Parts: sequence; structure tokens; C-alpha cells
Amino acid sequence: MTDADIALRVEGLNTQIHVGSDWHDVVRDVSFSIRPRETLALVGESGCGKSMTALSVMGLLPPKVARIGAGRIVVDGIDLVAADEATRENMRGDRLGMIFQEPMTSLNPVLPIGFQVGEALMRHRGLSRRQARQKARELLELVRVPAAAERLDAYPHQFSGGMRQRVMIALALACSPKVLIADEPTTALDVTIQAQVLALIADLQEKEGLAVLLITHNLGVVASVADRVIVMYGGDVVESAPVGAFFARPTHPYSEALLAAMPRVDSDGGLEPIPGQVPTLTAMPKGCRFATRCALRTDACAELPPLAPVGGDPEHVARCWVRRDS
Amino acid sequence: MIRFVIKRLLLAIPTLWAVLTTVFLLVRVVPGDPTIVILGDQASAAARAELREKLGLAKPILAQYVDFMGQILTGDLGRSLATNRPIVDDVAAVLPYTIELTIASLIVGAVIGIPLGVWAAQSRDGFADWFARLFSLAGVSFPAFVSAILLLIVFAVELRWFPVISAPRTDALSERLAALVLPSLNLGLLMVAYVTRVTRSGMLKALGEDYTRTARSKGLAQRTIVWRHAFPNVLVPVVTVVGLYLGVLIGNAVLTEIVFNRPGIGKLIVTALNQRDYTLLQGLMVVSAFAIVVANILTDLTYGLVDPRVKTP
Ligand SMILES: Nc1ncnc2c1ncn2[C@@H]1O[C@H](COP(=O)(O)OP(=O)(O)O)[C@@H](O)[C@H]1O
Ligand SMILES: [Mg+2]
Repeated sequence: MTDADIALRVEGLNTQIHVGSDWHDVVRDVSFSIRPRETLALVGESGCGKSMTALSVMGLLPPKVARIGAGRIVVDGIDLVAADEATRENMRGDRLGMIFQEPMTSLNPVLPIGFQVGEALMRHRGLSRRQARQKARELLELVRVPAAAERLDAYPHQFSGGMRQRVMIALALACSPKVLIADEPTTALDVTIQAQVLALIADLQEKEGLAVLLITHNLGVVASVADRVIVMYGGDVVESAPVGAFFARPTHPYSEALLAAMPRVDSDGGLEPIPGQVPTLTAMPKGCRFATRCALRTDACAELPPLAPVGGDPEHVARCWVRRDS
Repeated sequence: MIRFVIKRLLLAIPTLWAVLTTVFLLVRVVPGDPTIVILGDQASAAARAELREKLGLAKPILAQYVDFMGQILTGDLGRSLATNRPIVDDVAAVLPYTIELTIASLIVGAVIGIPLGVWAAQSRDGFADWFARLFSLAGVSFPAFVSAILLLIVFAVELRWFPVISAPRTDALSERLAALVLPSLNLGLLMVAYVTRVTRSGMLKALGEDYTRTARSKGLAQRTIVWRHAFPNVLVPVVTVVGLYLGVLIGNAVLTEIVFNRPGIGKLIVTALNQRDYTLLQGLMVVSAFAIVVANILTDLTYGLVDPRVKTP
């Protein structure tokens, strides 16, 4: 792939968090790239480092608490890790947009919706307040907020959760970014609303040629909208595959466990919750971080396995000593 | 918004009624015969009976209550026992001084306290934060009369920038303002302390909220994020604390007015106490209670301006 085909390239990303008096890795050696119109799903239980990956890309890591230790994040030929803060600020909201899990708290309660949606256009495109307002109306229509023109002056508390998430999408897409990062955009919504919001994102992705990084722990969502899947565990990528290959041959024991824990319509077998829980940051095992919960654990697991192709497919890689091609 | 205002004003009626009733009862239920307090225990029974009659205390309590309420409703606070002047006139003569002092102190509190709090929150545990915390600690712990004396010594006696006696001799604006500076600084310092604290903690909270992260995701400059996105969310707690401490301010105004020798309600209260001017005291209590109710209404109406959740439910 040449850089021209790629909207977002992340290489060897390492993100750390300050706990106690030490920096601990919460994202280790994560690499991926996303093309326009492509959706990459990032899955894993809570605390696996999905949000930290997304915030690293956006440059929104909480200052003083988290930092990028190594890696490259390339958008439009610019490495955001190496760039200065002014450059990052210029890219944020312009080339990169983000929607968050909590639509109820992600909008500012004291600013009118229309202003919040159009603000990035004033910042990045130099639009006047009136022009931005006009554009905000179009954006709200684009995300199908009913009676958009009348709702420009409304405040977030006057919207339902699903509507607020639509507003967030409009806000994130204001400057027609190349990359949209959606961190569990539907987790907080009712099931019926979830489907509508996902369909809206897919629709806009097609229209605007967006590259989407979709974070979710819902594998049903992955199956229906993603092109590629990356499974994370304890900050490591443990499996990465095209969506078809992933569901056909889930290879890493953690991926299998995730799939077994997923509710299915076509089987009456009960759910199998994954035993144990993600170790805390300060108590991460040395080698494979999943080893403490893995039924297939061997002595080799004391050392971290590399990401290696599985099933003879170079596009499908997993990080497991036991399951790798011999 | 109009409906909100009307609702708020209607709500004030029962509050006001309760407050007035409390004043009425307070003055009458307090142990001790007021006629003895006023005339001394050597007074003859006849003199005391006459005073009783004059004060309206001879009537049954319910009739007194009706008289009291009726008077207040017609804007009459009775006559001063000591001077026999209508109390309303005495109050009207000094009220503007107290009002201008209160407003000026509020302005001092906001103009110094808000930027200080915002500045402190941005450099959490840094120099600004340390400075603001120390400053506001000093502000709350310094008694108003001590800071007043310090201000007087430094700015009026040594530097001679402002008059020692803060009663303006003429009505000229410049003179009035000059006389206002030190007292309002003194009273405002307390407000600065409260406003700094609440602004700082509010900003720390707001800067950690999800909507601030959203603002950052738009690529806005730090200054814009702080003032346009975080700060308006802090106005609600700031208005609350200002509203709450208006009462404290009125209390401290008494001390400030005495030390600076400034006319005002506070000084009038002291005069009434010294002269055992029972009717004047009752009138002043009514005025103070009224002032606090008005301050509360203004506070609530300000919420409507700073928080859209109030005006557009
Ligand atoms: N602000 C923070 N301070 C300290 N630790 C954090 C913070 N945010 C996240 N973490 C830790 O970083 C790890 C990864 O978190 P996150 O990326 O939010 O997980 P996910 O999004 O996959 O649920 C977790 O162990 C979490 O406890
Ligand atoms: Mg998360």
C-alpha cells in the first residue's frame, strides 16, 4: 500500500500512563492502517487500551497522566507524534474527528447546539458565526436531526441520547475529516437507536469517503460494519484479521473467548463469560498478558509471542505461541 | 424566561411573609420586658405603661401582628423611639451608601476572584495555584476590622491616597468613588477569597469534563477552551456562592462601616443598639431581611441567565 491509499497509519504506537511513581505501558506496539471508506474495529474488554489508542491518535491523552512513548501516527503525510502542538491542533477537528461513548456528557450544557456543531468551521475554515450557523444547519440535516433549523439554538438537555449522538457526529464531521474515530459510539444508547446511529455512520462514510476507527466490545456490531478487526488485550494487539477470516477462524484464545461470550441468535447454548479479569496495570504478567486467564498456557508463554501469520494467510496474524503456524 | 421571573417573584411572597413574621416574633418573644430594657429598672410603672401604649405592646399579640403587617405593606416602618423621625426616612438616607458598598465589593470580588481562580486551576499545584490558595485563605481568615485597619494605615494614613473617613463630604462622583475604594476593597477581599476558591474548584472540574475533551477534539486553542467552554459552566457555582455570601457581606458591612466611619445600614444598626431604639431596630431588621430576600431573587434570576437548563427546561 502506498501512503496515498491510506487515511491513517499507526506504527509501533506505545502509550504509557503514570501510576504511582512509574510509567506503565497501556498500549504496546500497536500498528494498523485504515483506507478511506474502510472501517477498522478495535475490540476487547474494558481496560484493554482501546480508548487510550484512540486518544493517542487524536492527541487527547490526559496531560501529565498519559504520554506517547514511541511510534508514528501519520495522517496526510504528517507524523502527529513528531509534530508540534500547534500542528496537532490544526489537524484535530479538521483531518480527524472523534465521537465519544457518552452522548449525555460530551456536549457542553451551556452552549447552543448550532454553535457547538459549527465551531470547528470557524476555527479551521475561518467561517463567520453566521456562515458557521448556516453550515451547522446543513450538518444537522445531514445527520437527520428533525427540524434542524429550529434546533440550532436549543441546548443539549433538550435532546435525547440518540439525538445527541447524532449531534456529536455532525460536530465531528463538520470539517469533512479524513478519519473518524468512534469510541463505543452506541454503547450508551438503546438497542434500536444503536442500529440507527451505526447505519448513519456507515452512510456518511460512503458519502464522505471516511476512514473509520470503530471501538466497540460488541462483536455483533463488528460483524455487521467492520472490514478489519483488531483484538486488543492488556494493551497488546493479540489478533488482527479481515472480518471474514476473523469470524471464520478466530485464532487467539482470547478472541475465541470473546466470541464464546457473545450472545448469538442462531444457537441456544448459554454464554460463556471469560473467566478471571484483566490484570491491573501494575500487575501485568511479563510475557503474554493473557496467560493468567488462558487454558492453553504453556511454559513458552512466559515470553511475549510475536504477531505471526496464522492459517497461511499473511493478512491474518495472531500473537500466540500455541496457535501459530508451525 | 418571563414565566420563570414571574414564578420566582411569586415564590418570594411566602418567604417574605415568613421572614417578617420571624422578625415580629423575635422582637416580642425575646425574654425581658422591652420597657425595662429601654427605660431601665428604676422606671416608674406609669412611665412603663405609657411606653407600652406608645409601642403598641399593650394590645393583644394578634392585633399587634395585624398592625405590624399592615404598616409594612403600606411602606411604613413606624417612628424612631429616640428621635421620633420616620424610620423610612432614616433608612432612605443611608441605604444608597450600603448598596453602593455592597455592589462595589461584589465587583471587587468578581474582578479579582474570577481571573485568580481560573489562573490557579490552569496551573494546578503550580505557583499560581499556591498563590491563589494562600490569598483566599488569608481572605477568609482575616477579620474584616483587622484588614480594614491595615488598609487605613497603609493607604490613608501613610500613602494618603484615600480619605481616612470614608463619608463623602459632597455628592461629587469623584469624591464618592474615592471614599468607596478602601471600604469596598476591604469588604471585597472576603468575596475575592470565596470567589477564587469556587472558581478554582469549578474550573478544575470543568476542565476534566467530557465536553472539554470534545472542545479539544475540535482543535481549539487552550484559551478558547478555558474561557468559552469551561468557564461558563463555572458561573452557576460562582453565582451561588456570591448569592450565599451576600448575607455574610451584609454582616461584615457593619464592621466595615464602623471602622471607615461610613454612613450605612450597618452603622444605623449600631446606633439603634446603643440607644436601645427598639422600633428602629425592628425596622432595620425588616429592611435587612428584605435585602436578603431580594438578593436571593436576584441570584435565582441570574441562574436563568447563566444556565440554559433553567430558562429552557
Ligand atoms: N486517566 C487515567 N488514569 C489512570 N489510568 C487510566 C486512565 N485512563 C485509562 N487508564 C487505564 O488504562 C488502561 C486502558 O484503558 P482504556 O484505554 O480506557 O481501556 P478501554 O477503552 O479498552 O476500555 C486501563 O487499565 C485503565 O485503567
Ligand atoms: Mg474505552
